Amino acid sequence: MTDAAHGPLIGRDRLWHPPAYTAGYKTSVTRAPSRALVAMGSTLSEETGPAFGRDMLGEMDNNLILNFTGQPAVGERIIMHGRVLDENARPVPNVLVEIWHANAGGRYRHKKDGYLAPLDPNFGGCGRTVSNAEGRYEFLTIRPGAYPWPNGVNHWRPMHIHISVFGHGFGQRLITQMYFEGDPLIARCPIVNTIPSQEAISALIAPLDMNASIPLDCLAYKFDIVLRGRRQTFFENRREGM
Amino acid sequence: MPQKLDQLRESPSQTAGPYVHIGLTPNALGNHGIYPDDLGTTPIKPGARGEAITIIGHVRDGAGMILRDALIESWQADAAGLYPSPNERRGKADPNVTGWARILADFDTGDWVLKTIKPGAVTLPQGGVMAPHIALWIVARGINIGLQTRIYFEDEAEANADCPVLARIEHKPRVQTLLAKKVSTGQYRFNIVLQGDDETVFFDM
Ligand SMILES: [Fe+3]
Repeated sequence: MTDAAHGPLIGRDRLWHPPAYTAGYKTSVTRAPSRALVAMGSTLSEETGPAFGRDMLGEMDNNLILNFTGQPAVGERIIMHGRVLDENARPVPNVLVEIWHANAGGRYRHKKDGYLAPLDPNFGGCGRTVSNAEGRYEFLTIRPGAYPWPNGVNHWRPMHIHISVFGHGFGQRLITQMYFEGDPLIARCPIVNTIPSQEAISALIAPLDMNASIPLDCLAYKFDIVLRGRRQTFFENRREGM
Repeated sequence: MPQKLDQLRESPSQTAGPYVHIGLTPNALGNHGIYPDDLGTTPIKPGARGEAITIIGHVRDGAGMILRDALIESWQADAAGLYPSPNERRGKADPNVTGWARILADFDTGDWVLKTIKPGAVTLPQGGVMAPHIALWIVARGINIGLQTRIYFEDEAEANADCPVLARIEHKPRVQTLLAKKVSTGQYRFNIVLQGDDETVFFDM
């Protein structure tokens, strides 16, 4: 028997993901393991994982425009929406999706961010939700600004939203970033360019979605998140007699 | 042309970056008022069965620097070796064990602390018994894809010798990088080394 929540995980395609060592992103140089990963099939420790119910969510948790002070954050109002899917193109329902991002000026609410752009007193910078039965999720937020960072002399991060997602197994755990269609800084970003192929980079660029935008209110961007899938076989690898 | 496979590719990973705490542990950072509490502050509730243990460690990079911005998540079985997960089919886990925690390196010292119960050995449905262990997933600025490793216990020598996962490590001296060292009763030390001679074993599983 096989379904989206049980069974062995499909192995990660390590040539599709960024490698650990990426000279263009300088912090990775001393933080990248130098030995080969020990590879083997998933076990129960990767196939099981924590569960999060919708009951733990506050009413405003997925509304970053209002969830900090109740007064609206400054910036271009956007809906970010999509589905959590697995590699077999099946919806992944009931999983926690958390996001965080800079304010409209490109400044983070973090003691280590000293960028010139001011803090927005009404923007906290994080939100969370749980995917529904069809794997869908949505956030209302403001479009984050681009910001400079001290990797090269004049390096800038494109506008981006950081995303953390759970699957039903701890081995599906993923953090990634969403970029915005048309941003000229995407191609120049050393963190984007840790990803080996243009095809894989494209998977992180959200298109403008006019059909989901709300007239006279906000634009929308669609971003589907794909998690590792489970092997789809009806034949189980079991020892005789089990 | 053959038929098309009806498949998708996993979303490529990107680093959690330096500001991961804004998103995952805003209260620990001092950003109060969005969520009443951070998630995963403990993997157990009062009354959890098993031996209470404390594991202290740090994460060190290839230059010998201790990371102050690392975020680790842990996932473990209860004292009977059952996972508190909806897809655990072997039995019902201890209701006082949630099994999952978010562990932060101290913003000043880089030390992290996990207070939990010692997990039991995990009998695999396909055969074999994994020695007591805690699965870890490590993210930080400069880590492009979350690192998977495991905490095993040096005082479980017999179980460790039979563990099918530890058996996969060809270079046997490296197994000790996965063993939490007993400091005193119920107290362990587990340092993670990202790169170098004593580099921790990381898994792809
Ligand atoms: Fe960022």
